[in-house]
Amino acid sequence: MLQITGVSRRFGDVTALADVSLEIRQGEFFALLGPSGCGKTTLLRILAGFESPDSGAVTLDGEDLLGRPAHRRPVNLMFQSYALFPHMTVARNVAYGLEREKLPKAEVRSRVAEVLEKVGLSAMAGRRPQQLSGGQRQRVALARAIVKRPRLLLLDEPLSALDKKVRAEMQLELKRLQHEVGITFVVVTHDQEEAMSLADRIAVFSAGRVEQVDAPVALYERPRTPFVAGFVGANNIFSGRACSVGLASDGLGVLPGSSDLPDGTPALLAVRPERLRLDGGRDGEGVLKGEVADVSFYGGVSHVSVAVPGRAEPVLAATQGATPIRAGAQVNLSWAAGDGVLVPQ
Amino acid sequence: MRRPRLLYVPFWATYLFLYAPIAVLVFMSFNSGDSPYSFEGFSLKWYGELAGNAEIRHGLVNTLVVALGATVLATVLGTLLAVGMARHSRSKLLDAVSVLPAVLPDLVLAIGLLVFYGMIKMTLGLHSVLLAHTVFGMAFVAAVVRTRLTHADTSLEEASRDLGAGPVTTFLRITLPQLAPGIAAGALLAFTLSVDEFVIAFFTAAPTEPTLPIVIYSMVRFGVTPEINALATLLLAVSFTVVIVAQRMTRLTESLS
Repeated sequence: MLQITGVSRRFGDVTALADVSLEIRQGEFFALLGPSGCGKTTLLRILAGFESPDSGAVTLDGEDLLGRPAHRRPVNLMFQSYALFPHMTVARNVAYGLEREKLPKAEVRSRVAEVLEKVGLSAMAGRRPQQLSGGQRQRVALARAIVKRPRLLLLDEPLSALDKKVRAEMQLELKRLQHEVGITFVVVTHDQEEAMSLADRIAVFSAGRVEQVDAPVALYERPRTPFVAGFVGANNIFSGRACSVGLASDGLGVLPGSSDLPDGTPALLAVRPERLRLDGGRDGEGVLKGEVADVSFYGGVSHVSVAVPGRAEPVLAATQGATPIRAGAQVNLSWAAGDGVLVPQ
Repeated sequence: MRRPRLLYVPFWATYLFLYAPIAVLVFMSFNSGDSPYSFEGFSLKWYGELAGNAEIRHGLVNTLVVALGATVLATVLGTLLAVGMARHSRSKLLDAVSVLPAVLPDLVLAIGLLVFYGMIKMTLGLHSVLLAHTVFGMAFVAAVVRTRLTHADTSLEEASRDLGAGPVTTFLRITLPQLAPGIAAGALLAFTLSVDEFVIAFFTAAPTEPTLPIVIYSMVRFGVTPEINALATLLLAVSFTVVIVAQRMTRLTESLS
């Protein structure tokens, strides 16, 4: 439905977007994920019409989007700051976009009432934005954007300004609304948990390039570039060369992993902390041996960091619940070959 | 803990220095005698004399025409100038030049305008004063509105565009209401400055159309009379009211935005 082809944008010496191509499908909840300054917001502003690319094309339903000014695009943006009009009530804010379409007054009123009902703010219609809480403002911003029934709704860091509890609530709310209104959502975020839990598919950005586009689970389990392996979730990363049984690592011997990379290719091996097995005791089988440096208990999980001789950073292992292992203990670390993911370097 | 009383001495001394002459002036305007220096008894007779003075009435009408006209022109042009500078220009020099009329010595501006009027062969009258006051009023309005603009959130304008409003609608419905407190403050500033402006008016007005400050000046040349005191008291009342209204208004609009 939305086709982005070879879009590039430079600001002086800085490349914000370098030859980005993406295809976003009808009804999809799509996330652009990356650290700040990776170009994801620039792409969003290009889609909304506030920036134009140096080169490349964007089509929506087969029609060129870039030639149209921002106010004539069937695209709406929910701003990170919400950008609610402070001199208007909630109802006037939401009605603003419909009034611009010159719709009859009765229809504007009924659609505003309907959307406020949908986001649970009917009682607040007469208030001004500054009289609302952060979560309520966010709902108004959302209502104002979806009331126009755009083909595409863009959300810029939609949850970043909310505190943790409200954020979890809004996350569910966003998913429910997207399902209800059936609009294609493109959300920009630097928060990978947000992207993982919201999106159907995620495009990971780094330095203006798309590193990988995949469903959340695939992205987590099969990172295809070193950046994705390091950025998405916690990972223990070892460098070396690919071999038949995994990775011939630099200084730690052969580590088990699975890949179809040709032998000798420079590669990284990534193992998730929750895939690591910990065994106490001096003897016993283990891929790596080390001494527990630190144990942190988070309630549902505990993180055990293990200092392994020959490796600068500690290896991180996650266990369910509390663990009997204490700092100073000697442990063996092991994992199944299927849990070691090889990424070409 | 109480602060030492001595600290209040410079505070009250400053206020005394600032307001004692004004207090004396107000007090003497109620003098029943002819002398501006010795008080003989309470009377409102000078206010009566004032109302009957055709010259002063003429000057007052002229001043109001000039001040209102210049305020309207200066507010509209100054606001447009500020918005244009903020949104469409990156030149620091142009920015500085736009507020120059506000800081130029009045005399320089007055002579400059006089020469300019002569060059384009424009006759002097009230309109020439009105235009002259527009020039510096505009600079003040632009400066005040500009400050407000730099604090304004540009994402509001983008949100308006995003919701389907063209540039004109966005300016009228979103940008202007955001700037309203600044525009109102600028307008009141332009008005009060124009009401008591003397030098530029003196140079650019036709001799037959003096503004109030010029009338006062020509009266004072023959000595200060209690009538002048009465007039000054009235002007003071107007300025005070405008300043207080301006403060209230900014507070009101700020609490709304």
